[in-house]
Amino acid sequence: MIAVIDYGAGNLFSVANALDYLDLPYRITDKTEEIRSAEGIILPGVGAFAPAMELLREKGFDTLLREEAKRKPLLGICLGMQMLFEKSYEFGAHEGLGLLRGEVVPFPETVSIVPHMGWNKLEKKNDCPLMAGLSADTYVYFVHSYKANGAAEDLAAVCDYEGVEVPALVYDGGFVYGAQFHPEKSGDAGLQMLRNFGGLLK
Amino acid sequence: MLAKRIIPCLDVRNGKVVKGVNFEGVRDIGDPVACATAYNRQGADELVFYDITASHEGRGVILDVVRDTAKQVFVPLSVGGGISTIEGFRETLRAGADKVSVNSAAVKNPNLIAEAADIFGSQCVVVGIDAKRDGNGGYTVYINGGRIDMHLDLIEWVKKLQQLGAGEICLNSIDADGTKQGFDIEMLNAVCSAVTIPVIASGGGGCLDHFVEVFEKTNATAALAASLFHFGELTVGQVKEYVRAHGIAVR
Repeated sequence: MIAVIDYGAGNLFSVANALDYLDLPYRITDKTEEIRSAEGIILPGVGAFAPAMELLREKGFDTLLREEAKRKPLLGICLGMQMLFEKSYEFGAHEGLGLLRGEVVPFPETVSIVPHMGWNKLEKKNDCPLMAGLSADTYVYFVHSYKANGAAEDLAAVCDYEGVEVPALVYDGGFVYGAQFHPEKSGDAGLQMLRNFGGLLK
Repeated sequence: MLAKRIIPCLDVRNGKVVKGVNFEGVRDIGDPVACATAYNRQGADELVFYDITASHEGRGVILDVVRDTAKQVFVPLSVGGGISTIEGFRETLRAGADKVSVNSAAVKNPNLIAEAADIFGSQCVVVGIDAKRDGNGGYTVYINGGRIDMHLDLIEWVKKLQQLGAGEICLNSIDADGTKQGFDIEMLNAVCSAVTIPVIASGGGGCLDHFVEVFEKTNATAALAASLFHFGELTVGQVKEYVRAHGIAVR
């Protein structure tokens, strides 16, 4: 069972629809016990960094996620991915979960259109189980105004947006996965990645 | 590189597609869910449901359409038509829409944009605009399906929308709409250079070359068409293939 964390800032319906479609057992939950007993965790999220982190902290999920990510796969999606990092500079400096090294920063001034919204092509960097079965020509759907600056070895795939390298899929080599794009809105490629995530569960 | 998006728009009234085309393999051409699924198979990058239901009672039906579509189509879904309150945003998003498009309601109550962006995030707030040349080299904004001239300057309006927190603009040219003579390149350029949020081109697309033209001559990030795809004159797949052959990145 996958625990889809409901902390009040998620696009839970889309993720749930995709998991239903894939027949992957899941539960939308805000209960510590259920998150502990799940075989995997999905951390969705839309909106701004600071209020979302605050909601996680209020429920004690920051500590919980740091512990659980040592023993089971955790996938952060969009803002959920950004929260995996140490810090974000979205409207001030804010501490993240610190499960991945790096920080979240605005796009540079050279970028003419923000948000980065639409389908962009993945460029593979390091091996990642979520990329299994994807073609070399994989496009996924992004919507975000800030981007991660992560460690090179954690980059599974990046994409190019107006000359800026955007970390698209990050993976620490253990249990921590993050997708800046929305796999649940990325057509067959996104479904394949969620299927791959389901395949990691013990 | 970011791909240019091709977006078919489905006009829906009382839960039925208004102008239905006989999609291959789709038996009920009035069924919006079946049409959405067909567009998805053609490679649509996003789907727009435009609800033209007149009566209040009929309004709930579009939510069922979105709910059913969201269970089987995994690309962004946008819903517009008659949504004018935060509650309307909420129920539409809860039904599975990723974006809500507002037009007249934003002109009448610009604060709706700020509130919606604050509560749900800018990414789901699309502002549709119907605009027309004013005869003096400028453009003015119309509401109620292009029927009422608000004497509102288009460029002032889009700048204000960006400030309020709109995530995207869908710009429909009243002059070009229905003509099939091509997108309104000048107007798109005027808007694209006034804002830094993404702009969707709408109105006037009538043949394959128009899609190449709009992406080569403007910074529009997407092109939307309704009847062109409804009537099966072109498929989304044909447009994407043609645009790709001209060196423009598409999914």
